[in-house]
Amino acid sequence: MNIHSTTIPLENENVDTDQIIPARFLKATSRDGFGKNLFRDWRYNNDDEAQPKTEFVLNNPVFNGKILVAGKNFGCGSSREHAAWALKDYGFDAVVSSFFADIFKNNALNNFLLPVQVSDEFLENLFETIRQNPAAEIFIDLENQSITNVSTGEKAWFDINSYKKTCFINGYDDIDYLLSMREEIEDYEMSH
Amino acid sequence: MTLFDKIWTKHVVKQIEGGPSVFYIDRHFIHEVTSPQAFDGLRKRGIPLARPAQTVATADHNVPTWDQHLPIKEALSRLQVEKLTENCKEFGVELYGLGHSYQGIVHVIGPELGITQPGMTIVCGDSHTSTHGAFGTIAFGIGTSEVEMVFATQCLMQNKPKQMRINIDGELGQGVSSKDIILYVIAQISASGATGYFVEYAGSAIRSLSMEARMTICNMSIEMGARGGLIAPDDTTFDYLEGRKFAPSGILWEERVAEWRELYSDADAVFDHEIHIRAEDIQPMVTYGTNPGMGIPVTGIIPDETLLEEKERPSFRKALDYMGLQSGNAIKGQKIDYVFIGSCTNSRIEDLREVAAFVKGRQKADNVEVWIVPGSKQVEAQAREEGLHGIFEEAGFQLRQPGCSACLGMNEDKIPAGKYCISTSNRNFEGRQGQGARTLLASPLTAAAAAVTGVVTDVRELLTVSSE
Ligand code: SF4
Repeated sequence: MNIHSTTIPLENENVDTDQIIPARFLKATSRDGFGKNLFRDWRYNNDDEAQPKTEFVLNNPVFNGKILVAGKNFGCGSSREHAAWALKDYGFDAVVSSFFADIFKNNALNNFLLPVQVSDEFLENLFETIRQNPAAEIFIDLENQSITNVSTGEKAWFDINSYKKTCFINGYDDIDYLLSMREEIEDYEMSH
Repeated sequence: MTLFDKIWTKHVVKQIEGGPSVFYIDRHFIHEVTSPQAFDGLRKRGIPLARPAQTVATADHNVPTWDQHLPIKEALSRLQVEKLTENCKEFGVELYGLGHSYQGIVHVIGPELGITQPGMTIVCGDSHTSTHGAFGTIAFGIGTSEVEMVFATQCLMQNKPKQMRINIDGELGQGVSSKDIILYVIAQISASGATGYFVEYAGSAIRSLSMEARMTICNMSIEMGARGGLIAPDDTTFDYLEGRKFAPSGILWEERVAEWRELYSDADAVFDHEIHIRAEDIQPMVTYGTNPGMGIPVTGIIPDETLLEEKERPSFRKALDYMGLQSGNAIKGQKIDYVFIGSCTNSRIEDLREVAAFVKGRQKADNVEVWIVPGSKQVEAQAREEGLHGIFEEAGFQLRQPGCSACLGMNEDKIPAGKYCISTSNRNFEGRQGQGARTLLASPLTAAAAAVTGVVTDVRELLTVSSE
């Protein structure tokens, strides 16, 4: 599975899940439609779609693409999976950062949103590339666990455990796997 | 072995090669916000909830904290709470919903009912599940897909985290509480300093804390990125649990306590990282920025960005802009508009008692509004029984009804844009307490002091006066 796309750069560090999707949008009881409220309070003045904050990157027509490139410690804070749903629903297939919060990373993987962790240096170079050329592209090769800054040719490898990688490539989820283990789980319960 | 290893090993159903473990969950807490999509998942698959008896539900995030006997006004909140009620009924889950005498914030009621017990694995679709670690449990927050996994199988797929031990030795000074300990630790290691780790808190300063104070510390483990935090159980733990509603009793109690006494990190246990802190170095803490790592002593000066690395400066500047604060200024004396004493960090009876003892005979300042939101129905009832409500009323503080309230502003309890709120909760993120709200995190005592003076105050100065 490959993702080849231009990017949207979000240079902030410590982007927390309250920014990704503010609490007032967590009242929905389905998983759909969160994309329109992604980064809601950074996107609009007075919570009004008619008043976009032009300086915010999602409102800048120069940038678009399926890959979000974000500063260190992305997705910290609450466990709300709505954050992953919102990013996915908005159209992202991958997030690149030099550091992800744990729960966010799991939530992303469970929703086929690929978290790609790179070094601080790789990330910094990537931001620089995008600053110079907003149409710069990234190539992510999940099979080989590599990410390439296409403009510079700089390439790096990222971690993902082999179980999750298989799930990702084949579209399996953990529940299918766990359900297939029912007997072993019952045996465990009997012996504990 | 570490304490964490002992509990972890016991709960591994199967280790997948090159991958995660199938990890067994003893207790699953749920609430209205992160569960509806998971229940839908069960319905879609046409399967039952595997272990309803190990699942407990409450309504907390959305609930009003005033006139709880009336229907919830806000339609979406009402719908979410109703959905929880229907789902619990359909899938056979015990619900301590609105109006129930056990209702409250999920991380307050678990311990208080004795459901949380040493050696257990506990999860909830909420990051502050780490609170339960205070009893020597592996407890952590999960996303909704994982809630569905636990519903379906009582298991999760988990990778073993790295382990860190934070040792805090010595004696805390007057006016310094467990909230100050954890705000100090996070300020030292940053909001991402423990990402990828499970943390054990140890040392003489931790041992001497009450259970409730220990819960405050474990609660905020997530604010430094840790998956969870835990503390070895001891007599303080057992004394707290004994006689609680769902705690074991009789012979079973003796047996359990004997097992629980084995739950500690062995002398030769190895941690991936260790930190040592002197309790004497900790002062009352306040945050000035928009993540919990941006904390300073109440006597401190808001730092200058030149102390930071170049690439951290834009985020720092953005935070100060949002807060309307300036580098180089003292935090002490900063005007406050609201005081919020509540949340799963600091809304237990000891917190309320401490605040009441301090404000007795004092008055709130004219410029502030003060909300005290107890963590549960039981805390509220206890506060009334002890006459604390009278003290609060006389001081001009509002004692409200239990729920998450202004901790995340999903109900009506929101701080208006631009206003300053000193809060005993755990997150000072932008907009956390309401759009544009400015949050300063602090201990209940420091919050109470600000309530009385109307500005950020070093509570120790007021304590000295009253004890003379
Ligand atoms: S009180 Fe705040 S932090 Fe605690 S569970 Fe409720 S919303 Fe989450």
